[in-house]
Parts: sequence; structure tokens; C-alpha cells
Amino acid sequence: MAALATGGGTPSDGATSFQRKVPASSRLAAIAGTRPSVRHGQLLLSSGLPSLDCVLGGGLAVGTLLLIEEDKYGIYSNLLFKYFLAEGIVCGHNLFVASAKEDPADILKELPAPLFDDVHKNQVDEKETAIKSKQESQESMKIAWRYQNLPRIEVSPAASARFGHYYDGSKMVSPELLQSTKWHRFFLPEEKSLHPEIKTCNMTCGYTRLLQSIQRIIYQEGFDGSYPQKKQKNILRIGIQSLGSVLWGDDICCADNPEDIYSLTKFLYVLRGLLRMSLSACIITVPAHLIQNKAIMERVTNLSDTVVGLESFIGSERETNPLYKDYQGLIHVHQIPRLNSLICDVSGTKDLAFRLKRKLFTIERLHLPPDLSDTVSRSSKQDLAESTKLLSSGCGAMAIGKKHLDF
Amino acid sequence: MFVELNELLNASPERPEQGKLTLLRDTKTDGSFLVHHFLSFYLKAGCKVCFVALLQSFSHYNIIAQKLGVSLTAAKERGQLVFLEGLKSCFDVLFGEEQHVGQTNPLRFVSEDGSNLKTMYEFVRTSLMASGSDSWKCPVLLVDDLSVLLSLGVRPVDVLDFIHYCRVAVCSQLKGNIVVLVHSNDDSEDEENELVVNSLCHQSNLILWAEGLATGFCKDVHGQLKIIQKGSSELKAERNLLRIYQYKIQDKNVTFFARGMSAAVL
Repeated sequence: MAALATGGGTPSDGATSFQRKVPASSRLAAIAGTRPSVRHGQLLLSSGLPSLDCVLGGGLAVGTLLLIEEDKYGIYSNLLFKYFLAEGIVCGHNLFVASAKEDPADILKELPAPLFDDVHKNQVDEKETAIKSKQESQESMKIAWRYQNLPRIEVSPAASARFGHYYDGSKMVSPELLQSTKWHRFFLPEEKSLHPEIKTCNMTCGYTRLLQSIQRIIYQEGFDGSYPQKKQKNILRIGIQSLGSVLWGDDICCADNPEDIYSLTKFLYVLRGLLRMSLSACIITVPAHLIQNKAIMERVTNLSDTVVGLESFIGSERETNPLYKDYQGLIHVHQIPRLNSLICDVSGTKDLAFRLKRKLFTIERLHLPPDLSDTVSRSSKQDLAESTKLLSSGCGAMAIGKKHLDF
Repeated sequence: MFVELNELLNASPERPEQGKLTLLRDTKTDGSFLVHHFLSFYLKAGCKVCFVALLQSFSHYNIIAQKLGVSLTAAKERGQLVFLEGLKSCFDVLFGEEQHVGQTNPLRFVSEDGSNLKTMYEFVRTSLMASGSDSWKCPVLLVDDLSVLLSLGVRPVDVLDFIHYCRVAVCSQLKGNIVVLVHSNDDSEDEENELVVNSLCHQSNLILWAEGLATGFCKDVHGQLKIIQKGSSELKAERNLLRIYQYKIQDKNVTFFARGMSAAVL
């Protein structure tokens, strides 16, 4: 980012990221997989899920951090993590995958394959408005098969089909596509055996190693503008899995009074500095449900840019609740950053749920199903009233009484 | 600066007040629009400003300040603005060359084990000390935001010490102003943060408290601003003046109105 607007300014110049870009600048459009935001000319990346991009106001800004609070078993947060990396592969970005429990090579092998259908993508732009009223189920359509893979949530008409792709969850990405991607790895057990001694810093040593590794890659590959004339600019997508879990050497997830509560927040602060001064974006999944000390999560939220929480229905009483029969969980958007502007593009919908059908993971507005029962008995309405009280927890305290009023 | 906020506070760039500590507080919403207001207000008033920006990069503030009619790069060049970019200094401390870092980097405490903010205080003092050729009005210290220091391992006592030293140097000796932003939450479990915030509330002359609406998200009203003006004389035990307004943030301006008087409702 440093070199873009100033044409090769030295890194020590103080010219960090978020310079105002002239929209017609051809140099910006040259980076594949990005587009300038309508509001403030900020470069945006796709998070891998077009419906999540809509919720986040167009996409994830370059130089920012997307923090995902994991759901209870980490299934769906892992999916979002993979979609983010898969999007990087499809767009030709560089990847940096860090994990303490899974080998990054294995993570990459299991990424979903992209759905390429150029003809149908052109149809998307034309027939978009007709889609909103469709009520058919997601089973394969015999007649209207061209509409099968369209997003359910409203997509702005200016969204180009090349920004954001759809992925087939049942197929793995092809090895040829993987071969052509340049990626870097950080696997904590391996790092510990390769470099047993490191310069001490008063952070948990897993975090220190990770920061040094990220900084080294950013510097060597020139993502911070160190080599302005060298080559085509590219984005570095950083993915860190399950940060804060015990495997990283941090005990905030397993102890009520952890020894060192500052490691994670210090790490996030330094990472923020690294991201702001380079052409990169980062996704981090954190097992927030395991962290007993809520103060840490508040500080972590303040230090991150975009924070999204996932709540899956597995194992909870909502799994059998008829209200939620179409969905697998809820999505809470806790924070969206205001970059270079006093306001941000907040979507008006606060009740969002996600569903995972055979191939597609979509995020939709949560709709209450119509009450079509023949016997409109008081007891069944009471259940619905209880369930709607649970729904409202997303948007502040709303007063919903227990009694169901019959008009 | 926001003209309506100036009218509400009865402040004007021609005659800025002196020796005041203003606390900016936000709960469940983002109060950084107040920081941008005060930054452009004091720059337009011709004061010398030391801005300790711990959370965002320089160009973020610059772009917004340009929308409000002030250029931060120009202010830096003519010596009116001293900008400490926390993210960059922290990076220099951890990854920079040993000899270049030296002993004067204000964020040295991140790599050391202490939570000593002395170097940061020295930085503030030297940058606001009036040099002979300056013709600026009262010096101003702006901090965005103080809660980040707690996340970096600084103890609440040291944060309060830092503010106290700054008040002595800036407010009493140099007759300047201090504006500080903190985050807080009514049901927060972050006790250290609440300790710092409560202590600063008692020390400050003016509190601007931006809160999210209790009823949830609204497109036309983005939040509620409480303005608490401390009684001018402690001896007479005057009451604090409390006023509440609601606001809506637009691209270049923030409009304030009485509660329930939003333009969308009328």
C-alpha cells in the first residue's frame, strides 16, 4: 500500500495504508480479485462467500483483520476459513496458512473447488431482479436450472460476477490449481523443532514465532512496498486457525485465571500494525466460547476490525425448534470497521442465519415461517413467542412479553 | 469540526478554553467521530496539537480530516501537529534495528517487561514544550485511545499516572488541554478498564459520552450523546450539567438533535 499512491515512496516515509485512491487509476485495478469500494475508494477483497461480502458492506478491506468467533465444534468457522483461502487461490493471491493443530498442506488439500460457469454468471446480472420472489426449494431445478446457484441475499447490481466466487463443498480443489499458487506455511510443532531458540519477547512464544514469520514473509516478498519496481503487485491472504487455543501455548481457553492475559491482545496489536503497512488481509478464528475471561474477548474485539460470531444449532435445543428447521446456525456481526470515513456500510438486517445445503453455504436474513397450523391453539403460539424472544437477543433488549396477544 | 457540536458545547475556534481535561467515552458504539471533531477543531483554532494515535494509521485520520477541512500533512509540515503513530512505533520497537530504535521510542514498554509509560510522557512533554519561534496558541494533547494501553500490558495504575503527569505538564504548566478517548461498557467484565474510566470521569472537566441506542440499531439515529459539564467550582459544590442529544453521522458532518426529534420521525 505504501508504494501505490506515492509511486515508490520509501517505507520509512510514514506513508502507510489507506491512501485515497482515484477510482480511475489503472494501477489499482491491476491487482486481481480486488475492487475499490464505492464509498471511500478502499481496496476490497472477497471473503470467499458473496453473501458474507454483502453483509460486510462489499467485502473485506485490504489491510484489515477478520475475526471469526468459532461455533461450538468449529465446523462452520473452519468452512469460512477454507472459503477465504480458496478465494485466494482462485484470484491468484499468495497465501500464508498458520495452524497449530493441522498441517497447512493438509488444510490446502481440503479446500473446496470453485464452481465455474461463465454462461450462467452472465445470466445472473440480467435476471437478478426476478430471483427475489422465487420460493422453490434448493433441490435441483429441472426447468429453472439457470437460477440454481444464485445468492439468496440481495446483491447490489454493481457487483461484478468476477468478484467473489461460489464453491462446491463436495469437491476438493484440483492439484493443478494448488500447484500454481504461491503459499507459505507456519506449523507450530514444526517451527519449534526447526528453530528451538528465539529472541525472547514477553508474549507466548508461539505468537512471537508467528509474528516473526509473518513479518519475514511480508518483507521478503515485498508486500509492504519494499521493492516497488520489482514485480506485479499481489495480495497476501493470511489465515490463522484457532488462535488462542491451548495448542498455541496460551492458557486463556483452559484457565479461569490465566497466567498471561496480554499475549493475545499484544499479538493482535502488532498484527494490526503489520497488516496496515502491507497489501494483505487476515482471517483468524478464535475459540471464543472457551475463553472464560470475557474481558479478553472485549479487548480482542476492540483490536480487530471486522468481528463475526457464529452460533451453530448443533446440540442445542434450537436444533429441533421448528422455527429454525431450514438453518444450521446464526451469524452475529459484532463489529464492522469505519475506515477513512465517519460512517460505514452497515446492512440493515441484524437477524442473519446461515444454511449449508449440499454444495452451497449461504447467509440469509432469518425469516420466521408462517404459522399455518389449523388449530391455532394458545400453547403452540406460546412456543413461538418464546422462540421469538430468543431471536431478539441479536439487536439489543427488546421487550417481548410472555403473553401472546390475540387481536 | 462539527458546527452543531460547537454550538452545543458553546465552544468556538477563536477562543479555545485552556487547562481542561475532556473525556470522550463510548459504549456499544464507535465514538471516534468525536476524536476527529476535536482534532480538526484545535487545528483550526491554531493550537499546537500532539496526537497519540494508537489504533489507526496516519492516512485514516488524514482522509477524514480533509473532509472536515483540515490537512494533517500540511499541519505536520508547519510544525503545528506532532503525530505519534502507535502501530508504526510498535513495529519499530519489535522488528527494527537495535541501534535505530534508541532509547526514545515512546512505545518501548511493549518489548520490555515493564509497564512504564515514562518515555511516552517524555515524548509528549518535549513535543508540546513551546519553542521560541512558535506562535501557536495553547498546546493540546489528544489520545486515541487509552483502553489500548491496557491491552498491551500496562497496569491501570501506570495509565492513571501517565494521565496525571500529562495533566500537570500540559494543563497546569503549559495551560493547555487534554482530550482522551476510552471505551467502556455498563456490564463490562473488564475491571481494569472500568477502573481507569471511573477515575478519569472524576478528574475531567467535560465528559462526552456516546452511547448506542438502548432499543437497538436504527438507520436514522446512530446513537445518543451525553454531555456532562462539571461544576466550575468544587468549593461551592455546584451540580454537574447533564444534557442528552441524539446524533446521526453523515459523510462529512454529524447532526445533533433533541431526543425524539430526528428528521426521519418529524
